[in-house]
Amino acid sequence: MRPSSSVPTAGAPTSSLSDKGALSVSRFVTVVGLCVAIFVLVVLIAPWIGASGISMRGVIEGAYPDRDIFLITRMPRVLFGALVGGALAVSGVLFQAILRNSLATPFTLGISSGSSFGAVVAIWLGLDLVIFGVPVVSMAAFGGAFLTILFVFFVARSNTGLPTFTLLLAGVTLNLIFGALILFIHYAANFQQSYMMTRWMMGSLYDATDFRPVLQTAPFVLAAFVGMIWLSPQLNPLTAGEEWAASRGVNVERVKKLSYFAASILTGSVTAFSGPIGFVGLIVPHTLRLIAGPDHRLLIPGSFFLGGAFLVICDTLARTIIAPTEIPVGVVTALLGGPFFIFLLKRRPGDLW
Amino acid sequence: MLYHLEGLRFAYGSTPVLKGISTEITAGEFIAFVGPNGAGKSTLLRILAGLLRGYEGSIDFSGRAIGAYTPRELAQRIAFVPQETHVVFPFSVGEIIMMGRLPHRHNSLFESPRDRERAHQAMQLTDTESLAGKAFNQLSGGERQRVVLASALAQDPDVLLLDEPTVYLDLKHQLQFYDIVERLNADRGMTIVSVTHDVNLAARYARRMIAIRDGQFVADGPPAEVLTPGNLYDIFEIHATVFQRPDGRGAYIVPLG
Repeated sequence: MRPSSSVPTAGAPTSSLSDKGALSVSRFVTVVGLCVAIFVLVVLIAPWIGASGISMRGVIEGAYPDRDIFLITRMPRVLFGALVGGALAVSGVLFQAILRNSLATPFTLGISSGSSFGAVVAIWLGLDLVIFGVPVVSMAAFGGAFLTILFVFFVARSNTGLPTFTLLLAGVTLNLIFGALILFIHYAANFQQSYMMTRWMMGSLYDATDFRPVLQTAPFVLAAFVGMIWLSPQLNPLTAGEEWAASRGVNVERVKKLSYFAASILTGSVTAFSGPIGFVGLIVPHTLRLIAGPDHRLLIPGSFFLGGAFLVICDTLARTIIAPTEIPVGVVTALLGGPFFIFLLKRRPGDLW
Repeated sequence: MLYHLEGLRFAYGSTPVLKGISTEITAGEFIAFVGPNGAGKSTLLRILAGLLRGYEGSIDFSGRAIGAYTPRELAQRIAFVPQETHVVFPFSVGEIIMMGRLPHRHNSLFESPRDRERAHQAMQLTDTESLAGKAFNQLSGGERQRVVLASALAQDPDVLLLDEPTVYLDLKHQLQFYDIVERLNADRGMTIVSVTHDVNLAARYARRMIAIRDGQFVADGPPAEVLTPGNLYDIFEIHATVFQRPDGRGAYIVPLG
């Protein structure tokens, strides 16, 4: 990377016309820095909000229960929420880029139903255990997601590459098949299992009661995230078409495969613990695109931090709105995200990209 | 010698499209491929661009098999302008043009001063500077093609491949587009290979015309020699009269039916 060489010119009074279309370092720092600032602010404030009031003094002095509530109940959950939100938002950006469709989500290609299927099977078999610190249900969910990813990939792959349309159809079809299988298992399961399955598929951060989910998913998420920042310049021409990108030197098949697997890992790893949480991967990239434009060099890092902040805010609401009862965060993201989305569409008529 | 093609064959599945093409293209030529729909013109152009592989026979670019180049190496020397470009997200004209610099940027997240300079030159050549801040999707068809041409020129190519670039443009914008291309060829020695149905447009600008029918060359030479009533019947199955242009720039045809 040689970004430093362009630093002096970014602020220098060169011809402003020649700057059009280029991403200056200062713009990158401004946009991503703002997203990071929002993220940090939300993550710092959210753990102090909840059903039972805690005082900062109590937490620092180690008073019971303030410190336990802060460290055991709230902090792991806030951090995990930040990771889940960031992963889902970046995954959304990637799927929207490679499918060339702004309505694609992390779950469009069947990952959620695949991981739900894995989780449901594990619950049905009564595998309510924890092995090496990882719940078996989460392992099964990750396994289900991973098999789905591979299955969709190999069904869609042809000798001409990875055709977008086949990819979409394979994903949607697999969604339907898994949906049917999940219904069948639901039907065959007993009441308690059925409740657990429904609960899992609603999507929540409820199970993040210690730092293990964060530690177990963070390596996957961060690796995919950093890799995709590196790849981000090549995603831009892809939105003008694959041939267009190829004629600008992009190795289209390689970029699509890497993006597909990165997006899948991002979604699959966090969903294994949280269950499917909708709308984050749709609403966050869309909002950022409206504010900062469609350049993936901004969208990928920006979406990660904005997505993390968004989900933490939603989860804080989910914890507190009708406290002491909790709402699954997936319900909150849909209720907040849906109307917001419609508002955006109405505000910018004709720009339904 | 820029391109050397020997016994080039290509098939989509079991349907043969190119049936053994051998020719040479020299640097600085302005070539037009003409021929009916499905003759294989666009397929040949995509093979020249390195976008389509899986052909039989050989095609060398600058003395090396074209398949031995990486996409990035080719994009540093060959630019391709398609019929139409649809961008799904609201990229600005400036951003679209700057994408042409991608093959010259090696793993750098940001554009260099040289990238900016080249993109700026491309805008000047195509008269697109005033459009730079606009959204690409809101441009008219003529403006769009100029912007795509600018993006191709930002690649700083030796070869410009045009696939029916003016097919959706009105008469004024067709001429405007090809005037720019003609200047690039004359002033900078850029090699131009254009595919078009429009025989008269091709005759006006190209200096070498290659007629393709059923995946084979049926005529190859200066437009005035290729455009004879006999050839036109062989290529398009039409009867046509060939006239000389009043400005002395070659021939034009009037189809009789």
